[in-house]
Amino acid sequence: MRKSNRLRRTVTAVALMAVLAVAALAFAACGDDDTSSDSAVPGSGTSDTIVGAGASFPYPLYSKWGSEYNNLNGVKLNYQSIGSGGGISAITAKTVDFGASDAPLESADLQAAGLVQWPQCVGGVVMVVNLDGVESNQLKLTGELVAKIYNGDIKDWGDPAIAAVNQGLRIPAGKINVVHRSDSSGTTWIYTSYLTAAAGDVWTLGADKEIAWPTGVGGKGNEGVAASVQQLKGAIGYVEYAYAKETGLVSTQLQNADGQWVKPSLESFGEAAAQADWANAEDFYMVLVDQPGPKTWPITGASFIMVQKDQADAERAKTMLKFFDWAFTDGGASAESLDYVPIPADVYQLVESEWETITAAGSPVWPQ
Amino acid sequence: MSTLELDVRGEAGPPRGAARAAPRGYRHFADPAFRVITLVCGLTVAIAMFTLAGVLVLNSWTAIKELGLSFLTTVAWSPSSGSYGALAALAGTVMTTMVAMVIALPLALVIALLLTELVPPRVARVLGTAVEMLAAIPSIIFGMWGLFVLVPFMQERVAPWVTGSWLGELPLLRPGPTFQGGGFSILTAGLVLAVMILPFITAFSRDVLLMVPRVTKEAGYGMGSTTWEVLRKISLRYALSGIVGATFIGLGRALGETMAVAYLVGGDFLTVPRSLLDPGTTVASLIALQFNEATTKLDISALIYMGLILFAITMVFQVLAQIWLRRARRTTGGRA
Amino acid sequence: MAEARAAHHGGTGMSASSPASPPSGRPGPPLAPSDLAALRPRSHARRKTVDALIKVSAWVAASFGIAVMLLIVFEVVRRGIGAIDWAFFTELPPVVGEEGGGLGNAILGTLVITFVAALIALPVGFLGGVWLAEFGRNGRIATGVRMVANVNMGIPSIVVGVFVFAALVKPLQHYSGMAGSIALAFIMLPVMARTTEDILNLVPNELRESGLAMGVPRWRVTLGVVIRAARSGLITGAVLATVRVAGETAPLLLTALSSPYWLNGLFGPEGFFGGPTANLTKTVYDFSGMPYSRMQELAWGGALLIIVAVLGLNVLMRLIFQRGKEW
Repeated sequence: MRKSNRLRRTVTAVALMAVLAVAALAFAACGDDDTSSDSAVPGSGTSDTIVGAGASFPYPLYSKWGSEYNNLNGVKLNYQSIGSGGGISAITAKTVDFGASDAPLESADLQAAGLVQWPQCVGGVVMVVNLDGVESNQLKLTGELVAKIYNGDIKDWGDPAIAAVNQGLRIPAGKINVVHRSDSSGTTWIYTSYLTAAAGDVWTLGADKEIAWPTGVGGKGNEGVAASVQQLKGAIGYVEYAYAKETGLVSTQLQNADGQWVKPSLESFGEAAAQADWANAEDFYMVLVDQPGPKTWPITGASFIMVQKDQADAERAKTMLKFFDWAFTDGGASAESLDYVPIPADVYQLVESEWETITAAGSPVWPQ
Repeated sequence: MSTLELDVRGEAGPPRGAARAAPRGYRHFADPAFRVITLVCGLTVAIAMFTLAGVLVLNSWTAIKELGLSFLTTVAWSPSSGSYGALAALAGTVMTTMVAMVIALPLALVIALLLTELVPPRVARVLGTAVEMLAAIPSIIFGMWGLFVLVPFMQERVAPWVTGSWLGELPLLRPGPTFQGGGFSILTAGLVLAVMILPFITAFSRDVLLMVPRVTKEAGYGMGSTTWEVLRKISLRYALSGIVGATFIGLGRALGETMAVAYLVGGDFLTVPRSLLDPGTTVASLIALQFNEATTKLDISALIYMGLILFAITMVFQVLAQIWLRRARRTTGGRA
Repeated sequence: MAEARAAHHGGTGMSASSPASPPSGRPGPPLAPSDLAALRPRSHARRKTVDALIKVSAWVAASFGIAVMLLIVFEVVRRGIGAIDWAFFTELPPVVGEEGGGLGNAILGTLVITFVAALIALPVGFLGGVWLAEFGRNGRIATGVRMVANVNMGIPSIVVGVFVFAALVKPLQHYSGMAGSIALAFIMLPVMARTTEDILNLVPNELRESGLAMGVPRWRVTLGVVIRAARSGLITGAVLATVRVAGETAPLLLTALSSPYWLNGLFGPEGFFGGPTANLTKTVYDFSGMPYSRMQELAWGGALLIIVAVLGLNVLMRLIFQRGKEW
């Protein structure tokens, strides 16, 4: 009796595991049910999958572009966010086709790693606050004020310096709860670049991905900062624009380099990208903060793509560049729908001429 | 005559008479084959780990050359200027782990006691599964739950209460210079860590306690001992090394936990926390928070170097525990 | 005998009036000082109070643990249950900003990756633990293996990921699900080995002796008798080892990476050995950091699925491998 019981259970267990294994393999072998099984790229084999990794900032955009491009012609794009540093490490180790980073590499580092870089999209960083009675884009702040707040020099919302630029707005007094990032991040780098550019005499801690913050709490990721700002009365923090917009955080106006008060919007980010002097930026090394222009948003940043200068596979390289070409020319609407700013067409011309330096086995892969 | 004296370790072959009745053929190599196979597996465990350690050392070599041993005593972290120091992270790791172990270990033991002695088996099964479900929760969920629920709770209720009462005068609870309200702090991270390691220690301790021979426990009860006395004097002694093993699993989890701690500890990598209510960082969470953005070779290497130090500290701690265990060991019937 | 009965009924615990002599009347072994100290009279009330306190604290502790678990699980259910439907299991993730879609590819990927990792780590870890408990014991090799295994249980999981990246991904120049499985197996291996050893060490020698005395070969004694006695604990070990890696993101970050597409074959660019493989934890991690509500909902749904799946695994393994009565 016991033996048959045990036998029965062993058989059940084995059967269960076998079923699981078979199911998994069946899924794996039969593949998927989307349209990509018929690739439109002739003689495709392995050249119809592009793998990229890097910054989390452009992740939603590249994912969306990837889906759209896949629907167009079956080429699959797999972009994963593992951080800018991870992206640079990956492309240097050649484990991906392209890397993405929020901070561009300097020319020396770029050459040492044998890479080519270009800006692919632009986004903005906004200040968000949690103050009773203050609605979005009502509060005005200057670079100097923000720097002093994050320095710990200004500790209270009732400070006359804040009231001076906010005539007519009732700001509840109270301690300013500063929120910054606890993780190393490109957003911090852009933000502190702004502080250094706009208020360099006040902000002396430099521009970096992580900072020796003199005060405030650290939240992990945009979501950590957003949650902290929402929980703490009188809090101030900095997040990516998409984050502020989608989660309904209260953003502020800022004073730009021209002295004008600007609200964060795609237009104001676009102004920064348009005003910047790309032609004279070696290897497109450009920090878009504090750019000139009446309507320019002062905390803007570009996100960069990096590829190997010397490609191993010409077909793969061409497929990849064709994707980016499509993104530059046709991807603008999708970018804007997700609150990113596409790179202006004249800048794309410069990028395209840079592509001509990419070779595979000695011969250039672009133009086709 | 104690059965302990019988050596069953050697090649215990069958008594002569039985050999005739036993099947031939495979018998000759079955036992040696079994020994070899299991030995190979045991060695695989070791070799895999040594390889891991080796690669760790290799990857941290740049940092070791550049930063040397002063890395252990420096407080700094600035990739752009190339200065790194592990002291803040090491201190934070020790503090969060201590908080977690101090809370989780006694809790786990009494819960295991509950499951084995105080409730009927059916209830024990349900309760045990409920506690084990804590282990099922991914660490990122602990982090996010902590962020939304525990952090405000600590900030608005617990920290003010502690600082306002006599507890706030105790050395480790008095807010230090970097106090930021107590929401993101060593204590918050330690609490969540305790909850995360609780199911591991509990489940394993429960199974270990279940293996204490019933006869021994009944002898204790028969003499009039209370449940607690049976646990303390009989079960725990028998199961001691198993419980120490369970503690190590919990300790390992606490030391290596990245995501949940990263969300909750505050990420202050520039101070050695003076108080449990101050923010800080741990080795694992510092690696997690910085690794994605680390670009320079020295930066990555310094992070791995920290991992290596953690490795070394665990090794030292482990050796100490083995020595203690050997001295405190008292076995009855088992081979612990 | 009489003394023992008297002690029980009198309720004064061990009386110091006479040293404990075995009921049969023969003189017992000499008493150590610690034994004599233990024979001091202790108040019955005090013992009872301590016992009651411990019992109360046991209930409080269990309630605390379960309360926290319920709090968290409730929160996850609340946020994630809306995402669970048939499409959740069968569809690819939606385009960012749009509705619909599911985590089908991630679920399948995690199933396969974890299954392969368990296939590698559980048997090897188990047999290694058997060696440690039965053959190696206190020898030098065994002590070394044990120490190394203990230390490795504490390594931050991201470091394991870095290791496998350097050892496997970089040389082959592509990510793969297999690399992810190997990274997970690394984490599971020492846990399985040590729990196996600790549990087997608790099996009384008598069982082994009786088996060997009957002429059963060593391997059969170990596998048939000792393992069966330790079954519950071994299952716990296997479950603990698997659960340890079920919610891990960091080791997969640099090995399996992830993918928005289905697992497709074995060696192609989307195959298990050939390219990045979608997995649930990385997807949950990504989506939870995005400000779009549909992605957040999917992330919580994924978390809920992980919790339910681990619970299911726990129950399933106990059902299959355990005798009905014993818990």
